[in-house]
Amino acid sequence: MAEGKSIKTPLTDSVVKDLKIGDKVLITGDILVARDAAHKRMVEIMDKGEKLPFDIKGQLLYYAGPSPTRPGQIIGSAGPTTSGRMNKYAPRLLQEGSKGMIGKGEMSGGVPEALKKYTGVYLVVVGGAAALISKSITGNELVAWEELGAEAVRKFVVKDFPAIVAQDSYGGNIFVEGVKKYQKI
Amino acid sequence: MRSIEAKKITETVRQLCIDANYDLGKDVLNALEAAYKKEESPVGKEIISQILENDKIAAEGIFPMCQDTGFAVVFVEMGAGVCIQGNLAEAIHEGVRQGYKDGYLRKSILGDPIERKNTGDNTPAVIHLDVVPGDKLKIVVAPKGGGSENMSFVKMMKPADGVEGVKSFVIDSVRQAGSNPCPPIVVGVGIGGTFEKCAQIAKKALLRPLGSKHPNPFYAKLEEELLEKINLLGIGPQGLGGTVTALAVHIETHPCHIASFPAAVNINCHAARHKEAII
Repeated sequence: MAEGKSIKTPLTDSVVKDLKIGDKVLITGDILVARDAAHKRMVEIMDKGEKLPFDIKGQLLYYAGPSPTRPGQIIGSAGPTTSGRMNKYAPRLLQEGSKGMIGKGEMSGGVPEALKKYTGVYLVVVGGAAALISKSITGNELVAWEELGAEAVRKFVVKDFPAIVAQDSYGGNIFVEGVKKYQKI
Repeated sequence: MRSIEAKKITETVRQLCIDANYDLGKDVLNALEAAYKKEESPVGKEIISQILENDKIAAEGIFPMCQDTGFAVVFVEMGAGVCIQGNLAEAIHEGVRQGYKDGYLRKSILGDPIERKNTGDNTPAVIHLDVVPGDKLKIVVAPKGGGSENMSFVKMMKPADGVEGVKSFVIDSVRQAGSNPCPPIVVGVGIGGTFEKCAQIAKKALLRPLGSKHPNPFYAKLEEELLEKINLLGIGPQGLGGTVTALAVHIETHPCHIASFPAAVNINCHAARHKEAII
């Protein structure tokens, strides 16, 4: 059984403020699943001043594109994709009320500043540990834009979904600070 | 001549695609277990233990080890005495098509890089064919994920750059890749050949079993030195800091032109997948 701080979605500012880099967390509740194509579309809609077909207030966005679901299963393998490709979109979603992102790899390009300004958190799950991660997903439903296939927006219901705080609302960045601790050349 | 039916090749490739995505090689598992013992960062240790648990779950055959089930890269060594009854390339593509469907593997291939429309069946495969002596057909399927493949580099160095040039290039490539290729990684290095041969041998280097030594003592020593230096970069498991950034460095070389000195780096994530069969 994994250990860590239990957090429930939707997140509040006070929960986010309690999270610091290196903390292990166990997420329970609903999370929104979206990647490249869905992000492009979300920002286009918001830029036109229109309303998104789902609520992102307090939500965590999980960057993932699962493998096909076998009959009788809830989901296939559902590990994270590289978050850096969403650098361009994440600040805008934080501005609109989302409380953070889940993915793998470092985020930059305005994301650290947006996490501070809008009180958000960036969590990582182990890239390539997709089979393990799938065990903590108890529900999976389509939310919007089915035509995007593996890139459609989905809602996962998760229980004790294990993640690590990588970039926090205080400007902390484990990719910088963690590496500094062990870097010898 | 020994005759092999195309159908047999399709069946073999189908099974190799499935096996590679669910069942990680014992050599990689052993290397991950050794990495767990060696890693000094507590977070890094936790990550490696999650990876090992993940690979155990995947081996049960329900969930592939990673949702990115890769581009099907297929290395074929065809004996000169083999005669294929049918179309070899089409037999391989059909094997990939069936394997990715029947194995519930993700279809990640786009027919055109600009238009970006999914082909829907993970074809075509990338096929590398070598003709070798004998009357056997060896097929290796190595599904390659996008995250680690994106962190690949080729450099046309100057002959005067020498072995020190290769070392700097490899170290800088891994540093630049950072957290993106899902460390702990396996680093494939190609030295020599032409532009495209160099890249191809860097990928082929990833197929060598982990824990094996390069047959040439000079390159065996260079591999050890590079591995040691890479693990001093501090990138660590998933880039969160630690003492294990790479599990191994593998070098492949090829004769090269008097004016040339190419080098290439191809990185594999910890899901260093490949399965082979000999027909």
